Amino acid sequence: MSLVLVAIGILMASALASLLLARAPRLATACGVAGAILAGLAGLVPSFRVLLTGAHESLAMAWHMPGGNLHIGLDAVSAVFLIPVFLLTALAALYGGSYLRPFWGKRSIGFAWFCFNLLTACLVLVIVARNGLLFLMAWEGMSLASFFLVVFEHDKKETREAGWLYLVATHLGTAFLLIFFALLGREAQSLDFDCIGTMPQGIANALFLLAVIGFGTKAGFMPFHVWLPEAHPAAPSHVSAVLSGVMIKTGIYGLVRTLILLGHPPAWWGWTLVGIGLSSGILGVVYALAQHDLKRLLAYHSVENIGIIALGLGLGVLGLSTGHPLVAQLGFAGALLHVVNHALFKGLLFLGAGAVAHGTGTRDMDRLGGLAKTMPWTALTFIIGAAAIAGLPPFNGFVSEFLMYYGALLACLPGGLANPLPAIGLVAGLALIGGLAAACFAKAFGIVFLGAPRTEAARHAHECGFAMRLPMVILAAACILIGFGAPWAVAALKPAVAGLTGVPAAQVFGAAPRSMTLLMELMIGFAAVAAAVLLLGFLRRRLLQNRPVRRSLTWDCGYAAPTPRMQYTASSFALWFVDAFRWILRTERRRSLPRGYFPDAAFMTTETPDGFRDLVFRPVFAQVRWALASLRWIQHGRLQLYILYIAATLVALLIWYASCL
Amino acid sequence: MNLIPGIHLAAALILAPFLLGVINRTKARIAGRAGAPLLQLYFDLGKLLHKGAVYSRTTTWLFRAGPLVGLAAVFGALLLTPFGKSGAVLAFDADLVLFAYWLGLMRFVTVLAALDTGSSFEGMGASREVFFAALAEPAFLLGLLGLARVTGSVSLSAMLPEVTAATWLAAGPALALIAAAWLIILLAENARIPVDDPNTHLELTMIHEVMVLDHGGPDLAMILYGAALKLWVMGALLVSLLTPVRYGVAWQDALVFLGGMLLLAVGIGLIEGAMARLRLARVPQLLMGAFALAALALMLIMK
Repeated sequence: MSLVLVAIGILMASALASLLLARAPRLATACGVAGAILAGLAGLVPSFRVLLTGAHESLAMAWHMPGGNLHIGLDAVSAVFLIPVFLLTALAALYGGSYLRPFWGKRSIGFAWFCFNLLTACLVLVIVARNGLLFLMAWEGMSLASFFLVVFEHDKKETREAGWLYLVATHLGTAFLLIFFALLGREAQSLDFDCIGTMPQGIANALFLLAVIGFGTKAGFMPFHVWLPEAHPAAPSHVSAVLSGVMIKTGIYGLVRTLILLGHPPAWWGWTLVGIGLSSGILGVVYALAQHDLKRLLAYHSVENIGIIALGLGLGVLGLSTGHPLVAQLGFAGALLHVVNHALFKGLLFLGAGAVAHGTGTRDMDRLGGLAKTMPWTALTFIIGAAAIAGLPPFNGFVSEFLMYYGALLACLPGGLANPLPAIGLVAGLALIGGLAAACFAKAFGIVFLGAPRTEAARHAHECGFAMRLPMVILAAACILIGFGAPWAVAALKPAVAGLTGVPAAQVFGAAPRSMTLLMELMIGFAAVAAAVLLLGFLRRRLLQNRPVRRSLTWDCGYAAPTPRMQYTASSFALWFVDAFRWILRTERRRSLPRGYFPDAAFMTTETPDGFRDLVFRPVFAQVRWALASLRWIQHGRLQLYILYIAATLVALLIWYASCL
Repeated sequence: MNLIPGIHLAAALILAPFLLGVINRTKARIAGRAGAPLLQLYFDLGKLLHKGAVYSRTTTWLFRAGPLVGLAAVFGALLLTPFGKSGAVLAFDADLVLFAYWLGLMRFVTVLAALDTGSSFEGMGASREVFFAALAEPAFLLGLLGLARVTGSVSLSAMLPEVTAATWLAAGPALALIAAAWLIILLAENARIPVDDPNTHLELTMIHEVMVLDHGGPDLAMILYGAALKLWVMGALLVSLLTPVRYGVAWQDALVFLGGMLLLAVGIGLIEGAMARLRLARVPQLLMGAFALAALALMLIMK
């Protein structure tokens, strides 16, 4: 526990130091990066210790706030969420040190590092907080720090708009959390998480719904996701990695903590979570398929993966509420492992996208191509991340989805869930999501890294430096490691699953040896295929040893002068999908066709705006704005009058409070 | 030490290309031709393995990795495939998920190798392949889910041998619907008529064949052999489902299974001989039909 405090201390100190050194970008960067890495190392030690031993460490101090002590704690569930936070922020900081180099002298680098390390500290604090008030304070700090990071390039109009949308969305979410904690505190007479006992079912239901909306807004549940595909691409890439990789997981963490606090769940919570998971998962990947901007595509995939996590949680809740412990454990284990996995591969992919933007100056996939030759390291790590996020074996994404599939299959067997419809939905949904995600990443990787460069910018791409390559290599290695080390990775989750399901860690997954053999056999399958790849490679090398191996043109059907512009683009690759889902996507197409015998230049562009933003939230907010316009006269920009409002409100509240006594 | 699964694995590895010979011979006979020798694919593979290679200048290491990983992945699926009524080399709970995802990995690397050439024809084929596969995947897994419910087990090697005459009597209509859905998926995934025509030479209309236009020599041999194995593993699931007898004696069950595979190959040949290829725009409807059949089967089973 004390090392977590040390980590928070290092983060705060380095954040302040970076701010003070804002005039010297080199020193500010050094301070910020070193602080994040040191804090990461310091924080990983207790996190792994707690995860492996299942111990529970906590610390409580009195403070001048209502609702209990200043209470922080570290249990296995927190540790599962903390490990990606510490790992990814340290690696992202190392990467960001080089990534922000072009902005030296143009932007306040010191302020950026202040926000980055403050964000990390708040992320840690959110996860270890055991008091509602402390949690909310850390939550707000996290939102504000990340807002300033999102608007780092605030000279661009779309960045400012994205930041604004993010600020509004996150505070609307926080408003629900305020009600959530107020209700929780009123029922339990304390905001300390340890003092919260069983609630009446009606209150528990209300709390669950508030948590789904409040935390779901942060996590990016469809349809509360509208800020996510705007804000994540707008931020610098190492920040996008942290936002998508770990910050949205605090929403999942909040939901998980709520489930633990509220105790035995009714079945409809599971139905709700499975429903949210299906809509987020399927719509997320469908929207991703229609994108041309690499980072926007990745942002929609975050919505998809949050959906997969929600599916796992929903299955866990269903298993818990209907008394099927193995189903519950598999669902929760899958969800928790996917939290870690998504942090690894989405962090990796955003860093890769940043390297592409850094090396070519564009994120528009249709202007890229052929980068595998000029950026071999980025290509190699990106393909590992792409295969992992598509859930393909033998990478980590497959392992977490495998656990969920297994749980859902068991739930469908005779003697499983009385109503197995959600489990069937999970199997069909995961299969569809898997197929679509594989298609989307075949597109993202294939169009950006393979083929021939489509523009001059892509032709002159350059590989990023060592400090940017190293984090990507480490993350890719972690994806492979969890894939091949599945038995141990899943075994390490047992204490956390025990915390969620309320059984002793030793009894998680029933008779322990069975689940271990299962994953061992999975691993034998992985190893057999890996060995087959090596053997076949060796055979082909032997066969081709003394034979002619030539380089030539790609077969072009007899056409003599192919150009790179004739290649399939991201838009053409996704056309089948966009057509099939046009009733959701409402892709806008603008084109001018070639006409006449000597046609002029022709063009065609497609754009897929977010339907929920344009058709749901925009009209609603327009109405709200219209309704509130009559109150505009209060808002006149005079500070002294604003202070008067505050004072008057306080006095009124005090009088009301005194009259109630 | 039980050697039988190993022998079965070797038999599958050796016999897989034979199925394509049977399909082509059946097609030829229907069309009134003599047809190529039954062992034609073996000759082709032997010839290709003796050739050198030509690689496009556009391609990278991924193009060369594609055939290796693709063949290894389908081999991974073969390790999980039961040999009729006899279990596979590797069997564990929920291995059916790994089975489906090995085929997914095979498709993923084939598609990437196609995109690596920078040819718009191959991009076109790749785009179609991933779309049709995304539609086929849920139908395939729903069928397996229904079978798991009927047999009370979630491992391929436990559930498929479990299907006997008694199972067919108890849940016949549902099993027939699953078999129909799987047959459609088998035809689609293996680039057979009515989804794709393996004999076409018009790049614009092809799916699978167009993706491998640029491969040659040992690489093409690996791709052709991988495609034969894929037909074998998916066919084996269908034949195991459709075989209602189980003797419990290894050689008898093996003979029944091999007979079933032969019949399946003849059946595919008959379908190909009797039908034309569908228009591409109709293919998604066919696959949605497969999904509907599998969903209907599940409803009958769950009722």
